[in-house]
Amino acid sequence: MASTDILNTPSDVEKGYSTLNLGPTHPATHGIFQNVLTMDGEVIVKSEPTIGYIHRAFEKLAERRPFYQITPITDRMNYCSSPINNIGWHMTVEKLIGADIPKRVQYLRVIIMELARISDHLICNTVIGVDTGALTGFVYLFQFRELIYEIYEEICGARLTTNIGRIGGFERDFSPKAWAKIDKFLKEYPDALKEFEKLVMRNRIFMDRTIGAGPISAERALSYSFSGPNLRAAGVDYDVRVMNPYSSYEDFDFIVPVGTNGDTYDRFMVRQEEMWQSLSIIRQAIEKLPEGPHHAEVPEFYLPPKQEVYNNMEALIYHFKIVMGETDVPKGEVYHCVEGGNGELGFYLISDGGRTPFRLHLRRPCFIYYQAYPEMIQGTNISDAILTMSSMNVIAGELDA
Amino acid sequence: MSTFLIYKLALVLAVFGITLLVAMYSTYLERKVAAFMQDRVGPDRAGPFGILQPLADGVKMFMKEEIIPNVSNKFLFIVGPCIAMITAIMAGVVIPWGNTITIGGETYTLQIADINIGILYVFGVVSIGVYGIMIGGWASNNKYSLLGAIRASAQMISYELAMGLSIIALIMLTGTLSLREIALMQGGGVGSDWNMWNVVYQPVGFLMFIICAFAECNRMPFDLPESETELVGGYHTEYSSMKLGFYLFAEYINMFTSSALMATLYFGGFNFPFQNDLGLDPNLVTILGTVAFFLKIGFFIFFFMWVRWTLPRFRYDQLMNLGWKILIPLAIANVAITGLVKILVK
Repeated sequence: MASTDILNTPSDVEKGYSTLNLGPTHPATHGIFQNVLTMDGEVIVKSEPTIGYIHRAFEKLAERRPFYQITPITDRMNYCSSPINNIGWHMTVEKLIGADIPKRVQYLRVIIMELARISDHLICNTVIGVDTGALTGFVYLFQFRELIYEIYEEICGARLTTNIGRIGGFERDFSPKAWAKIDKFLKEYPDALKEFEKLVMRNRIFMDRTIGAGPISAERALSYSFSGPNLRAAGVDYDVRVMNPYSSYEDFDFIVPVGTNGDTYDRFMVRQEEMWQSLSIIRQAIEKLPEGPHHAEVPEFYLPPKQEVYNNMEALIYHFKIVMGETDVPKGEVYHCVEGGNGELGFYLISDGGRTPFRLHLRRPCFIYYQAYPEMIQGTNISDAILTMSSMNVIAGELDA
Repeated sequence: MSTFLIYKLALVLAVFGITLLVAMYSTYLERKVAAFMQDRVGPDRAGPFGILQPLADGVKMFMKEEIIPNVSNKFLFIVGPCIAMITAIMAGVVIPWGNTITIGGETYTLQIADINIGILYVFGVVSIGVYGIMIGGWASNNKYSLLGAIRASAQMISYELAMGLSIIALIMLTGTLSLREIALMQGGGVGSDWNMWNVVYQPVGFLMFIICAFAECNRMPFDLPESETELVGGYHTEYSSMKLGFYLFAEYINMFTSSALMATLYFGGFNFPFQNDLGLDPNLVTILGTVAFFLKIGFFIFFFMWVRWTLPRFRYDQLMNLGWKILIPLAIANVAITGLVKILVK
């Protein structure tokens, strides 16, 4: 393990430095991270992150699985916003097979993805509050993540690891109950979010704690290849939804909030504003929602409904081929990225024409943020280091994949 | 003489019991208040509305396995929580819980010991309480505990200064260190001997005192010594079973004591408005006064909880800044202004 070569060198001992193991099981490392800190009192001199505690070899696993079976793997990356991962993966495969996705499916996907973004940002921002000691905002807003999970449940049956949708669309259209739940969420959430903002956003102690904590400049952020809210907090207005629109994001009006300092407070504010924008996108999507089928015409990939399977020869054949993973895909190489909960989530897929991908590379934003972490916390103290970690929303499942 | 002894013994036991009871139910109240603020239900399983929860928690604490780390200093590891608990309970001795009660011609004071340096005594005892945390944190031989202990001692020492200075202004006003006399001074009726509560004369002093009380009790927003998201559990990371219970309990007792102090020093202690104008029996007035005193204490305990579940906590350096750069100069200015006003008014 890497920790042997970062134990105190003799000169460190002379200087009176001490080593502190932050993690892997520490209440503030949300997930399993280890940081071996060399401390001068409470000041961090250097830190050495260790990763791989929940490495599950997703990229290798994906090489042995038919395409539709890879979706559950993506659930387990950023589990705070798994629908974005699922839909990102579906869209990658659809890009490879050249499927034509109906407008309705795209809009429904936008609704789901924005709900997922809200739940992701909600957790991140309230956890920043928890790490500064304000537990109430977290517990209060968490009720609304429950509402989002109930919406997922109504749409796909699952809550955390959603496995939502199929390649080509959704297994069924949203039920009236699902629409009712979405309406309920849209009605109740803004008030609660406002209350949370009143509690935390202009709180003097919170501002003192977060302003200037764990900053990163735009240049450094870009050179680390940051993306998502963490990059936008540093002042770069890069958003995949705008720069490289997918799933009809070009149809919607929304603002891409940017920060200036790239510190914890800016990251908090960017996420906060993005939640408001997501709410507006969902409203627009519901308003403009076109009629149409809830899935694309890709019978080789889209599992047919059960009654068709029993009554229709073609459907039975496709059902068998899909379930047994016998569908071949065209040869090709695609990269598709979506704006995930905390950055550009990319899927680089090479297919050699077989039933499984030849190679799948996952561009995981957390993996990138975590590399910058030692630099960002150098010279700060433990309190700031912990805030930096939670405000970057590094999620162990995505970091290790 | 023997009645005096029996009476004092009874009072000691009563105060001891009430202190423990209040501390116990503070834990319950804290959870209920937190639940209320966070839109939850809170403990509701043990007994009606969960009122037996503190008992269940106590039993749990006693039944838990006691773990003493091999690398720790065993003696000090045990001494730490004991000191914390003992000093916390000792501070209640000088608090005047009520005025006098006359039974059969004998007058009894509802205070265990009316020593003429009451405030100094409280300060002394509370200062020893820091040793409990320091020793416990050091003896655990854990870096998180050590960091918590260092934070605790630095925090308590710096805030004791500001607390002492804020009290000095009050003492200049009252001219006594005895808590009972300070409480009596704030009594009287609307008629001839009308005396306002000290908070009216010393609002800044009270604000500083309450801030320092938060820091002394290690309560949010000053709970850095045990900030669970940074230092795991701070000084009590390695503690389990009832030794952990002692630390937690000591915190609640400290909260109770400082609430009582605030009520005594600034909010009239056992006095309540119009007490001499109602024409009641003196004994009844005393009993009502004690009730009023506990209501005041209850309010302050609620205030402690209210703040805890609303505010985030400071960072270590910000805490020190607040203590040394803001509170102490302010306290000194308060002392100077109080003195000046005193001379001018005279």
